[in-house]
Amino acid sequence: MIARVLTTGLIAGLVAGLAVAALQHFTTTPLILAAEVYEAAQHAHDGADAGAAFSGLSRTAATSAATIAVSIGYALILLAAMLLSGDAIAPRRAALWGACAFAATGLATSLGLAPQLPGMAETELAARQIWWLATALSTGAGLFALLRLDSTAAKIVAVALIVAPHFFAPQPATPESTAPAELAARFAAASLAVQAISWALAGALAGLVWRLQSRQQELS
Amino acid sequence: MNAKSSATAAALPSSRLEALKAAFVALTLGFGLVWLAGFAYPESVHDAAHDTRHALSFPCH
Repeated sequence: MIARVLTTGLIAGLVAGLAVAALQHFTTTPLILAAEVYEAAQHAHDGADAGAAFSGLSRTAATSAATIAVSIGYALILLAAMLLSGDAIAPRRAALWGACAFAATGLATSLGLAPQLPGMAETELAARQIWWLATALSTGAGLFALLRLDSTAAKIVAVALIVAPHFFAPQPATPESTAPAELAARFAAASLAVQAISWALAGALAGLVWRLQSRQQELS
Repeated sequence: MNAKSSATAAALPSSRLEALKAAFVALTLGFGLVWLAGFAYPESVHDAAHDTRHALSFPCH
């Protein structure tokens, strides 16, 4: 069972990650590179040194590797959630789990922390990471309770879990972005779309690979 | 009656137990990978994952 879950997560995450990496290459990465031009110009003006650690092909490779790692992680988390809740693992259901995970990690978190381009104003990293994680987990638990538990008390707790994190959202930094607003707006929209596709694809492919493995076991 | 039901609860069917074990392994590995690519502090990891962190909206910098 463990081997089968890990194989499914690896294959699904690898394929989903490659597709998302290709998508990033044409949607979010060009906007990040454009923002870095503005950021570097500002740094040059201030006399500070700025430069990306990776460039060209090695940067594309590093970004793709990171995206594949995240996609394998997403696929494994979705598989674990379906196993824990006793769900049958199938493509459509897994994609729906992915959609809910996107609502938790993408939509809910972007209300307090909008997707950011390099060079945008920012506050302390650790506080933002803690709020991001807490909001994603709380919203995920809330959505599960709302959609899967029947009692009224559970629904009330569910709504509280979804709403509560937003009372503790990090204070936004004073706006001082070097990137133009149009670029930032396009990036926020592109980032949300890429995140939605990452989760849905990781889920759907995990369901598909799981089903293919079941068929193979029946045949052998 | 009570003893009987608690005994049933304690002895999960082995297939369910196996599924739970697999789920915990998958969850740990999954969170580990997302943590490494999306949150970990070492500069080399941050630099390599930089564009992915921005694109997938993990808090960065």
